[in-house]
Amino acid sequence: MSLWRQLTRGLRVLTNRADADRDVNDEVEHYLEQATAAGIARGLTSEEARRAARIELGGPTAVRQQVRAYGWENLVGTVLADLRYAARRLHTAPGFTAITVLTLALGIGGTTAIFSAVNPILFQALPYPDAGRVASILELGTDGSQNAGTFGMYRGLAAGARSFGAIAVLRIWQPILTGQDQPERFEGQRVSASYFGVLGVPPAQGRDFQESDDRLNGPNVVILSDALWRRRFGAARGIVGRQFALNDNSYSVIGVMPAGFENVLAPSAELWAPLQYDMSEGRAWGHHLHTVGRLRAGVTQDQASGEIDALGRAVLAEQRPETYDPETRFAVTALRDDLTRGVKPALFAIMGGMMLVLLIACVNVTNLLLARGVQRRGEFALRASLGAGSGRLIRQLLTESLLLSVVGGAAGMAIAVLGVRALVALSPPGLPRVGAIQVDGAVFAFGLAITALIGLAVGLVPALQAARGDPHQDLKHGARRATGGHHRTRGVLVVAEVALALMLLVGSGLLLRSLQRLFAVEVGFDASRLLTMQVMASGRRFDSDSSRYRFFDQTLEAVRQVPGVVAAALTGQLPLSGDLDEYGAIFETELGRPAPGYSAFRYAVSPGYPEMMGIPLRRGRMLNSQDRAGAPPVALISESLARVKFQGADPIGQLVRMGGDPAYTIVGVVGDVRQASLALSKSEAVYITTSQWHRAENAMSLVVRARGDAAALAPAVRQAVGSVDKDQPVMRVATLEDLLTSTAAERRFSMILFTAFALAALILSSAGIYGVLSGSVAERTREIGVRAALGASRGEILALVVRRGIKLTLVGVVIGVVGAVAASQIIVTLLFGVSRLDPVTYFGVIALLFGVAAIASWMPAWRAARIDPAITLRAE
Amino acid sequence: MNEPSTDVIQGTLDMLILKTLSLQPMHGFGIARRIEQISRGVFKVNPGSLLTAFQRLERAGWLDAEWRQTDNSRRAKFYSLTRSGHKRLDAEKTDWQRRTAAVARLLRAEG
Repeated sequence: MSLWRQLTRGLRVLTNRADADRDVNDEVEHYLEQATAAGIARGLTSEEARRAARIELGGPTAVRQQVRAYGWENLVGTVLADLRYAARRLHTAPGFTAITVLTLALGIGGTTAIFSAVNPILFQALPYPDAGRVASILELGTDGSQNAGTFGMYRGLAAGARSFGAIAVLRIWQPILTGQDQPERFEGQRVSASYFGVLGVPPAQGRDFQESDDRLNGPNVVILSDALWRRRFGAARGIVGRQFALNDNSYSVIGVMPAGFENVLAPSAELWAPLQYDMSEGRAWGHHLHTVGRLRAGVTQDQASGEIDALGRAVLAEQRPETYDPETRFAVTALRDDLTRGVKPALFAIMGGMMLVLLIACVNVTNLLLARGVQRRGEFALRASLGAGSGRLIRQLLTESLLLSVVGGAAGMAIAVLGVRALVALSPPGLPRVGAIQVDGAVFAFGLAITALIGLAVGLVPALQAARGDPHQDLKHGARRATGGHHRTRGVLVVAEVALALMLLVGSGLLLRSLQRLFAVEVGFDASRLLTMQVMASGRRFDSDSSRYRFFDQTLEAVRQVPGVVAAALTGQLPLSGDLDEYGAIFETELGRPAPGYSAFRYAVSPGYPEMMGIPLRRGRMLNSQDRAGAPPVALISESLARVKFQGADPIGQLVRMGGDPAYTIVGVVGDVRQASLALSKSEAVYITTSQWHRAENAMSLVVRARGDAAALAPAVRQAVGSVDKDQPVMRVATLEDLLTSTAAERRFSMILFTAFALAALILSSAGIYGVLSGSVAERTREIGVRAALGASRGEILALVVRRGIKLTLVGVVIGVVGAVAASQIIVTLLFGVSRLDPVTYFGVIALLFGVAAIASWMPAWRAARIDPAITLRAE
Repeated sequence: MNEPSTDVIQGTLDMLILKTLSLQPMHGFGIARRIEQISRGVFKVNPGSLLTAFQRLERAGWLDAEWRQTDNSRRAKFYSLTRSGHKRLDAEKTDWQRRTAAVARLLRAEG
């Protein structure tokens, strides 16, 4: 009730001040009248009575003020008045306001955009119920490397692990929709029956997988994503139970996932089928599955890790005694950490970089406000002498800086919305949860919080400075004199700015040099004018090896006929494409010895592939068309493999096995090729012809060397492939130069952002140095005039100002170098071929900053040197 | 009447206003005069404090205010006690008596 009255009365006063004032007036008047009447009744004359009543009242105006001042609404009134005043002040200085708002908008907008990009990846929980309990189970090799899971281990753990409520395994599945005009390949997953149970999200329609679905030769059932159901089946009601053909087999739909379901383990997957694992031929221990599980409530990650480690090793020791390595470890890690481990360093570095830019922006704005405070010292002195307390002045100035930051923040949110879009567009492939990046409530709250924080932070120092001023001195001298305090504060700001800019510049310099080093890496083949696409032979009619051999041979022939094609070849795995096909290479000489095979890339290629790629022959001979099925099996090995295994001895004529029989005779040694990425130097490889491998591939990469532009040849080559079999989709069409570029995508992404940050930092800090020095020159005009009058030469005055700029820069550089050395630790995993203490980068950045500082201080110095002493002294 | 008048004891103005209004609705000057009269001129009410106190008490819901036309066609604001104002007065009275009794005991003990 009373709260309600407070609110309504206050609002009434706010909305109708005039009425409220009239009420107060009338009440006071009435009081006065009654008091006068009482005086007359006591026998005073009306004149005396009125005087007595006024004295009793203590001045009607004062009483009116006192009564009016009651109520919360008056606080609103003063704040509004402050705001109006602040807005008017800012309006009179449009240049200052524009620069400040722009600086803040870029700082706040950039930071908010970066925050919205990293928020779902680093901070938000995964979009599952009790997401903290969803964890990955990892198998760690002796060198700490992480191996994919095996089905055998999954069975062992699922049977024995007590810390998990459910465990699931999954792998990528890319079925082809057949029986339509256009074959289409889907991204999907094959999962064990418990997969959706582990995530905690059941299908929205139909049913989940059951144990009975997940056995070899079990039913062909599939669960669709909501998006696929809408896109491909027009959101048809009776979808559950429908049949459609994948890879020439009929599958029936048993369920559809909910619309909001986010499949973080394979974001592009649109359909799921039971794993139906084939355990024959010892495949149970092949490392190609991802293992996830849902922890039981109350079980910690450490407890689970302990149990899984012991259990996993016991399973290995019991079931795989011949290969069991006691150094093998098993670990449990939260799924979110497992997903983001790869990108975390880059994201933290980017966030840190953005924070530095924001700090520099704040320092700059503080600087501007301080400079303005000096100009306005006369105004503050006037207000102080008219009775404004220092608290009142501080409040006024904070209102101004808050207003600036709110306007900057509003503009910043617009920048953030655009920035987020740009970030998503620029983001490297493989960034987890890209779909969840958006400007949402959390992002908005973040933007609001930093806006408020910045408003207070940038305003506080200038406000305190202003409130500390001495009104007498300031009124007398106007706004022309410097005080020591100002000098020191602004000097500190310049130092901070230089230090922060140096940290950013060093970071981006290191990244830039890494990228430069990376692109200087010898890939081992000639990527120019190379076009590639993946060709598949899938479906029933390609069940036999011979049909697949025939298909690929015909395809190669057809492609070679295309005008503009200089040469064409096929390979089972393509460098830098993401293919990773490794086998244990076992050399004849070491059979019977305990050392296991050496893991090497296996390239099943058409004869002529190394020549076409420009991979150089080091010894022996290349593969040729005589090396076909039935002929003695032969292989090429890469230089690095020859070096590791033969240490300078001649490998020609030696025998090598890939996993099993047959034994291939090594006939040649070829140059190394980067397979996984430019940064990973592992290039031990074995090349054999496709026809001498024990079974035909069902997907091969076609590589074509074009006479002219490789990309332009793509439609003709596609058509040639289609002419052989129109049902076989062609995928992954790219030039090798594109692949080369995209392998450095993550570093490039960080580098682009860091370069942008560094550029912003450089501009802001040079503007800051310039602003501070020109401000201090303006303040010291009189002093400089006196010096000039006393005979200081132009050179001496020039040196006086420049020396101050250089001195401040020097201090900033020293602090910045210390900071950069510490901060470079964060980006160390992003570097390639460059030490984080790379002297070239550090010295380059220091030289750059000194150059900028010299220019920024030379301009005000030059102005100072031209001051005519007669004019300045007369102006006093 | 020649005893020096003092300001109302801190914190008691609200109670005095409520008490005065518990008899009949009144306007500001009337209340001030009544307090002076009944206290035999011991208490003198500061009009500024009084008018501000009205605002406060009204917003707290203890007073209702009503504008009435006076004889010489001016507006006068008359205050009256609300139901919760009565309750408040009782509570303040009890509290006041408790406190004065305690002070009186203390003074007696010292004497």
